[in-house]
Amino acid sequence: MHNLNPEDFSCPLPIMEYETIQLAHGSGGRLSAELVSRLFLPRFGNETLNRLEDQAVVDFSQGRLALTTDSFVVDPLFFPGGDIGDLAINGTVNDVCMSGATPLYLAAAFIIEEGLPLSILHRVLLSMENAVKGAGVQIVTGDTKVVNRGCCDKLFITTTGVGRVPEGVNISAAKLEAGDKVILSGTIADHGMAILTSREGLSFASRVQSDTAPLNGLVAEMLRVSPLIHAMRDPTRGGLATTLNEFAASSRVGIMLEEAAVPVRPEVRGACEVLGIDPMYVANEGKLVAVVPAQVADKIVAAMRSHPLGREAVIIGEVVADKQGLVVMRTTLGAQRIVDMPVGEQLPRIC
Amino acid sequence: MKFVDEYRDPALAGQLLAEIRQTVTRPWVIMEICGGHTHAIMKNGLDQLLPAQLELVHGPGCPVCVTPVETIDRAVAIAARPEVIFTSFGDMLRVPGSASSLFMAKSTGADVRMVYSPLEAVALARQHPEREVVFFAVGFETTAPGNGMALLQAKREGLTNFSLLASHVLVPPAIRALLSSPTNRVQGYLAPGHVCTVMGWQEYESLAEEFRVPIVPTGFEPVDILAGLLMALRQLEAGRYVVENQYGRSVSREGNRAAQRVMAEVFTVRDRAWRGIGVLPASGLVIRDDLAGYDAERKFAVESIRVRESELCQSGSVLQGLIKPDGCPAFGRECTPEHPLGATMVSGEGACAAYYRYHRTSHA
Amino acid sequence: MCLAIPGRVVEIFQENGLIMGHVDYSGTVNKICLEYVPEIEVGQYTVVHAGFALSVLDEEEARQSFAAWQELVQAVAAQGTDIFGNPLEK
Repeated sequence: MHNLNPEDFSCPLPIMEYETIQLAHGSGGRLSAELVSRLFLPRFGNETLNRLEDQAVVDFSQGRLALTTDSFVVDPLFFPGGDIGDLAINGTVNDVCMSGATPLYLAAAFIIEEGLPLSILHRVLLSMENAVKGAGVQIVTGDTKVVNRGCCDKLFITTTGVGRVPEGVNISAAKLEAGDKVILSGTIADHGMAILTSREGLSFASRVQSDTAPLNGLVAEMLRVSPLIHAMRDPTRGGLATTLNEFAASSRVGIMLEEAAVPVRPEVRGACEVLGIDPMYVANEGKLVAVVPAQVADKIVAAMRSHPLGREAVIIGEVVADKQGLVVMRTTLGAQRIVDMPVGEQLPRIC
Repeated sequence: MKFVDEYRDPALAGQLLAEIRQTVTRPWVIMEICGGHTHAIMKNGLDQLLPAQLELVHGPGCPVCVTPVETIDRAVAIAARPEVIFTSFGDMLRVPGSASSLFMAKSTGADVRMVYSPLEAVALARQHPEREVVFFAVGFETTAPGNGMALLQAKREGLTNFSLLASHVLVPPAIRALLSSPTNRVQGYLAPGHVCTVMGWQEYESLAEEFRVPIVPTGFEPVDILAGLLMALRQLEAGRYVVENQYGRSVSREGNRAAQRVMAEVFTVRDRAWRGIGVLPASGLVIRDDLAGYDAERKFAVESIRVRESELCQSGSVLQGLIKPDGCPAFGRECTPEHPLGATMVSGEGACAAYYRYHRTSHA
Repeated sequence: MCLAIPGRVVEIFQENGLIMGHVDYSGTVNKICLEYVPEIEVGQYTVVHAGFALSVLDEEEARQSFAAWQELVQAVAAQGTDIFGNPLEK
């Protein structure tokens, strides 16, 4: 599903009166209704959504609910390995499932800039449809707004997700204990470098692929072998370094990493070197980092490696009692250095 | 990566370290003048692995750090003009001037764009004939040839809407000033490998001889730096003071002649102020008078700039190797990467930022 | 200062009257100006800074350095010379 190329589809774009989004598409009138019925419902239709009520009413068994919301404002909309559509689904699915929850339902809100070609919106929706199927979730409610040209950049999507947390699972950044192992599900920095190398002005001729993917299947596999996961997150903005710093601060422990153990794809490393960017700080969209008790670490890594999205899962370090609040990396040469929180956006540099 | 991974080999680095430990018999002070070296040393933790007798002092070789506040203020003022597309390497965007940085200017409406190559800025001038494209040409001798080529290319294409805000600095005058200082403690130099790739190492020979210091043009991978330190150390222990080239795969005695020709065609040498250090004679490059039409400083008159700098900041002493970053009372307290008082804390290559990022264990 | 990275030239072409090329860094390729290394050939490695190739990397020199370092590894203490063949003047 990650190689989806909407242009290969026989185009089911419904014949619409307009080729671009008009303000009237967001007015709540006939054009709005037409947009929803012709463009959105065919992609995401399900019993709940089709009712077109102002809210989704769904069955929910007892237990604990995981709820998250996230806005997606990526530029460019389409990048190697994905687009804003699958990112908006996968990102929210991942945020839900990092609690150990099984993601069930999503709400999706679209803010569309007047003048956006309908064909672009359609491509995004196709990719969202595919991502929804891939993650096994449903979009049960949504909203569209159209804003004046210049008031947003092409298309912003907000997705909200809910899921059910299984009994006995209690995952939190505050639960790290000395001796725990830190597991990473695969290579880092793929998504952020895919976006950066797509950017105008940076001269790249070939591009890195984003890793955008729904991680709920991988998490289910991990929980199947052990519910004892202490902490888990998908290291998106700010990268692995930021997530681990958040863990260390929340749990008042130190984290010691092995530099040589952290996997980076050669082409991603090449792009990072060219731009002077540290992959530890670059966003991922299909990776997770889990902190687990040492005695179940190998079992969980083995389970992860049996899943397509965890084939390169690896233990990258451990939790230590000293160095409270710090993430420290043992360099390949045997020295130690602090892996700090990033200050701002990682900028390409020449010096 | 070829020409990279071999030079990160832990086994080879370990053997070079062992050899350094075996060679050193008494205390020596060596300066790596280049911020790229500082960065690599801190990132790999090389300073922790070296024998205590070998003290590394971090030099002023970060063009971002030594760019005067006035120049940044000028950049911000030019960027604010409605007709201007202001282009820059990523490095300079966050550096604070007196009141604003280029990033802050962007947030208040300036059209500030990041480019990887100055030729991208020329392309923007080509695409936007109705706009004025200004490129912030900072850097040492390594960057000047590319920036010079961009200007010549704009000229060849007849683009009159392209200009450079040039703020180039030169390494040998800085080494001369540091060695001439009465407070100098530095006994040997790692010379910047990429500056020497362009300029060659011949201009360092007179410095080595006159001041009796070994100077070693050095590459940027851990094995390069350790080999460069070992070469300097051997000379110091043996009482030899010459230029010895560690980075032979890229650096020749003459350097890159074509690049030097373009630099000479576009720029001319001037006295120049280094932030935190002061004016150093013949240490900067400005655009030649016959190319004044491509000089943003002359094209866009900026009204009197009043520079304000922090009184707590001791980046000048850090840049001169007189104190270590954590020797400054403001380090990690009033001055952090989030709230930098001086450019050495802003730039990733700045010694203070490198210390803060990699080396804070004792302060945490 | 002066971040520069070695990459392999995979294609050479002209653009706007300049010698340009595509340079590969372990699978990521970007467009680089080759005006300062006009002698470079496809397959050779170059050091690239801010979009400009600055030198053609000397593979023979690199090989020799490594040979020297390997020797150091094995024989330095015994021979009494430094890794660059100079006698140790202790």
